[in-house]
Amino acid sequence: MMSVDTNRSTGLVATEEEVREIVRQELERARRQDATARRACIIASKGTLDWAYPPLILGSAAAAAGMDAAIFFTFYGLNIIHKDFKRRLKVSPVGNPAMPMPVPMADAFTGLPGMKGMATSMMKTKFRKKGVAGIDELLEVCRESGVRLIACGMTIEVFGFRETDFQDGVEFGGAGAFMSEARRSHVTLFI
Amino acid sequence: VAEMKEDRFLDCRGMLCPMPVVRVSQQMATLRAGQVLKVVTTDRGSIADMPAWAQDTGNEMVEWLDEGRRLVFYLRKGDGELM
Repeated sequence: MMSVDTNRSTGLVATEEEVREIVRQELERARRQDATARRACIIASKGTLDWAYPPLILGSAAAAAGMDAAIFFTFYGLNIIHKDFKRRLKVSPVGNPAMPMPVPMADAFTGLPGMKGMATSMMKTKFRKKGVAGIDELLEVCRESGVRLIACGMTIEVFGFRETDFQDGVEFGGAGAFMSEARRSHVTLFI
Repeated sequence: VAEMKEDRFLDCRGMLCPMPVVRVSQQMATLRAGQVLKVVTTDRGSIADMPAWAQDTGNEMVEWLDEGRRLVFYLRKGDGELM
């Protein structure tokens, strides 16, 4: 086996295997000290009931795993952190051929009045029966575990919202604030 | 399989992702290094989630049992050193 003379003054010699082990430990130490590996930055851009789940689930899972997590709510995603989110978050079968329907239905019928309400209550019932946490519970978990909920100022303006329309604890920021977070986060997701 | 002695028991039956991991992380925060948390879940996703969570948070998944309808995990609290 090849030997590497690591310390000429003392005459100590390390084997290649020992050097590799030292390098491995140093890399592991550096990885542990890498703060960006413990940060997650998520954009929530959709405002339907089904798409409200992924950002909240991933944000709370990140916090549970000891990460600093931030979710930026922009465009329709603002619905999720609106005080009236329970009424605003709906799901529609229109344009979603993957959505399971109780009876087979032509696309033209999925847009009829009442369909959105039916699909929404169907999903809520199904999720509750299966034991999936509600949006309110996930928001609570996020708040309790320190996930930052940040609302996009520009879209608030465009949609005519006021800052007081949003839930307690919501912060406000823009693309600059997101980028500043994102460049220090290994995990960045656009949802 | 030998029965492990736990310091705390957490019932996550009926919960789905991400709640078992959220509850585990909350319970673990109240334990001391070396103490063991026993968790029971019915969410099959826990088979992957629990060991991944333990590894990322510097804790140890000592043992787990697949009892068919329920899954049992024994997690030992680490000394606080992350990952």
